[in-house]
Amino acid sequence: MVAKEHLLTSVQMADFVADGFLRFDELVPAPLNAAALADMESDTIESLKRGPDATLDKAWPRNDGIRAVFSLPEIQGMIHSLVGPNPHYDHHAVHIVAPERGIAQVWHADNILDQRLDFDIQFFYFPHDTPREMGGTMILPGSHYRRISESDIARYHNFLNQYPIVCKAGTVFVVHHGIWHCAQANLTRKTRYMFKLRLNPTVAQQLLWNTGDLDDPEISKALMRDHQWYGNEDRLEHVNRIRFWRFLTRDDSFDLGYYLSRLENQPATGTASTFASAN
Amino acid sequence: MRKQKILVLYLHNPDLNSRVVAWSLYDGTSTQPDVPEKGNRYGAPTGSAATPPYDSAVDAMRDGWRVVQFPQQFPAYPGMGYSTSFLKYEYILEKLEDADGRERTPAD
Repeated sequence: MVAKEHLLTSVQMADFVADGFLRFDELVPAPLNAAALADMESDTIESLKRGPDATLDKAWPRNDGIRAVFSLPEIQGMIHSLVGPNPHYDHHAVHIVAPERGIAQVWHADNILDQRLDFDIQFFYFPHDTPREMGGTMILPGSHYRRISESDIARYHNFLNQYPIVCKAGTVFVVHHGIWHCAQANLTRKTRYMFKLRLNPTVAQQLLWNTGDLDDPEISKALMRDHQWYGNEDRLEHVNRIRFWRFLTRDDSFDLGYYLSRLENQPATGTASTFASAN
Repeated sequence: MRKQKILVLYLHNPDLNSRVVAWSLYDGTSTQPDVPEKGNRYGAPTGSAATPPYDSAVDAMRDGWRVVQFPQQFPAYPGMGYSTSFLKYEYILEKLEDADGRERTPAD
């Protein structure tokens, strides 16, 4: 059972809805980083056999380091809030970028036209310091609602407000399955490691977090955030966020700026909008 | 022999004066297999710069880039009006260089 103080808040959930990721700096203690990094360097982290019984609690029975990382109460709280308790283990991967590799990955998403409201999450765990010269992973905030397939987006090189993950050891990102990203070059003389874990929900992803702040005005501000790279399509992004927030909160009357209320206002067919008061 | 540089600019809206929101450079004049953008320390070519090389397509045209393709505009398919995907306002520009590196103008 996850303690309430370790669950995400509604404001954090709104950040996830708007940005497609959450960041937790230096969350994992140094001894666990060392143990997990040793597992990665020795290539001894075993994958769980895929199947309906592959739940997270069965992962890594012989890897105390990485298992301890994902047993941290703060990480269990993120998991519970986003995909529910003990979700299905999809896969993990140790991402390795060799020293002095001067070439970055192309932009891509780890999905194939996957526009479910139900969503998978991926953890990006950085077990050692990752300065800009080492990469790490570049992500594009707010890109997770775009209908593309994997490397369809490889023509793009740069976007306004692209976000390089530069962090200290023990930093954890949790991202929506649709986020656009690309590994960056490693110009140092050290190998770069990043541990990625994908989890699938087995319960309805609705109101699983600490909902005590559902009326916080910061939620609307977060949902209206403009990342600028989508230009004139900012209002379409807002509509997608409103729909996602309705799904997460089971509140079909939620709106921002009347964007959906206007469209749903069809009195002639008996479906007049309530014009809810949310900003 | 003339070689081609391609600059792809993604604009805020279809107006060629509108702001660049994303960009790519493909440089056929270079002999390097993966060409970093000028001043790029972080590998090539994704994530190589935080600010665009030009403010707008017109700004690039004033620097000698020729627009070679406009994006066509289509209304959304029924039921797809709120689905987002690729960036819509993609303008492709080129410059040509002689093999000796001399930049050519349209008048050449």
